[in-house]
Amino acid sequence: MTPQEAIKQLETRFAGATGVPVEFRGEFTVTVAREKLVEICRFLKTECGFDMLTDLSGVDNFGDDSRYEVDYLLYSLKHRCHLRLKIVVPEDNLVVDSVTGVWRTADWHEREAFDMFGIRFHGHPNLRRILMWDGYPYHPMRKDFPLAGLPADLPETAVDAGRAEAAPMIGGPFVTTSGARTAADREPRQTDTASERFEKKETS
Amino acid sequence: MATTQNIELIDSAARAQRTFEDKLGGEKMILNMGPSHPSTHGVLRVVLELDGEEIINAWPDIGYLHRGDEKIAENMTYTQFIPYTDRLDYLAPLANNVAYAYAVEKLCGIDVPPRCKSIRVICAELARISSHLLGIGAMAMDIGAMTVFLWLFREREKIYDLCELICGARFTTSYTRIGGLANDMPDDFLPMMRKFLKDLPATIDEVDKLLTRNKIFIERNREIGVLSPADAIDLGVTGPNLRGSGVEWDIRKAHPYGGYENYQFDVPVGTMGDCFDRYLCRMEEMRQSVRILHQAADTMPDGLWNAPEAKIVLPEKKAVLTKMEELIHHFINVTEGINAPAGEVYFSAENPKGELGFYIISKGGGTPHRLKIRAPSFVNLQAVPVMAKGHMIGDMVAILGSLDFVMGECDR
Repeated sequence: MTPQEAIKQLETRFAGATGVPVEFRGEFTVTVAREKLVEICRFLKTECGFDMLTDLSGVDNFGDDSRYEVDYLLYSLKHRCHLRLKIVVPEDNLVVDSVTGVWRTADWHEREAFDMFGIRFHGHPNLRRILMWDGYPYHPMRKDFPLAGLPADLPETAVDAGRAEAAPMIGGPFVTTSGARTAADREPRQTDTASERFEKKETS
Repeated sequence: MATTQNIELIDSAARAQRTFEDKLGGEKMILNMGPSHPSTHGVLRVVLELDGEEIINAWPDIGYLHRGDEKIAENMTYTQFIPYTDRLDYLAPLANNVAYAYAVEKLCGIDVPPRCKSIRVICAELARISSHLLGIGAMAMDIGAMTVFLWLFREREKIYDLCELICGARFTTSYTRIGGLANDMPDDFLPMMRKFLKDLPATIDEVDKLLTRNKIFIERNREIGVLSPADAIDLGVTGPNLRGSGVEWDIRKAHPYGGYENYQFDVPVGTMGDCFDRYLCRMEEMRQSVRILHQAADTMPDGLWNAPEAKIVLPEKKAVLTKMEELIHHFINVTEGINAPAGEVYFSAENPKGELGFYIISKGGGTPHRLKIRAPSFVNLQAVPVMAKGHMIGDMVAILGSLDFVMGECDR
């Protein structure tokens, strides 16, 4: 089965729940309705042979109407093909149904998406932070989180309780607030001195 | 006078475990393995629930090496991110460079010349040998066979010499560029590599004699950490760990990239899915890599080693210093970055640890909108609880060794 055939089957089976499929560089992406996600995934796994969830990633489209999206990359070992599912998640309702019941590998991937973007996965058995520490107040992959970081309390340890400080790189070439300036503008030679760079950042 | 004190567990993994334990009310022990334990190969922490010496449950706790590579990637040009790929799987940096370069080239829709492909195959296979040498050596050392580690490290040292010859750095190579390579292969590289390839099989055979029929090694590994094919697929395990479970799937064969379809090699597959099978797969993969390297060296084409795409590929330094056109392209490529089209691509390569994938979402311009790294170690480590249940605590060392993960890649 090719990805096109799988998409066709999806369109007949879940009429109205799929968007227009997109092809780019031989990869097929189809946007599906958030409510039907688990059903669609189970259908693709059992009927279409997509037995592997290769990757799951959250995306922050800061400034768009529905800010977040989650991408599922499915793979079929039998048919040797990929298919990407995409769901959009609005900022005011950051909940997606968990697909851990379909593929167990989704467990850590969903925890990572929760950790990095704050997207909650309904029905996940153990939705805790995975890369950042427990109690960390931010979701660092969001576009409005600065690259240099923000101060936050470190968890208490037996030795010492500390505080994570933001990296002291304000005005540096790779420090940006999201969506503000392009890479060309951030080029250090754009401005003459470090203080000017700092002022520019403050005003922008 | 002795007093008792209530100790509050801050850590939520341990706390969740305690409530679970309270419900059971049995004589269970929680043991922290890591984050700095010799067998965790970096900073992995595993919370073990023990009944005597038997592992009832295991929870890997990761994130100690999280540096936010994906966040960093969103804030720099595609070319600037190449050095960061070295630090993903730092035991095989060349293979990461190659995978990342192909991913961005797929996004840009450009193809690299045959010579570049051949050199990249050599890079990726040398990295595979390097990674497997360390993987097997460290696994054997954790189990107690110190000699193997030292013998294999001697061979790894030669690979570092080869890396140094080809790109000037031994460890953090950053050898590929978008649409090509940093520099052409030097003339004395192939003879030196052939000499290395002549010596390597002897060392592999020596290790084979030391380990494969060694009673202690077999008993420590046979039927330990069994991962069934269905579990492996469900958990998304890839690479030698998946093939050790008997699933014949290698991206080099399933979706050949970079000219892998032109080389003759076999894909070893295990039968039982235990630690010993994973070890055997790695041993055989090194021999197959030697085969590929011989073929690549024999059929090395001449010609260009950078794609003739002035808007994407960095021009030669000599030309930048003498020609106007090249200077302009260099300036634009370095400051603004390449002008990538808008779109989404996923490219994955068969890395020593498994499927390393780069998922790039571009909205156009020189920086990615989102760059997701599908790290094989991250996914493979999820299989630890499945593999460890019911085994002794000493077997945990063998299981972790046979999984061959790298925390730099897992935590990104």
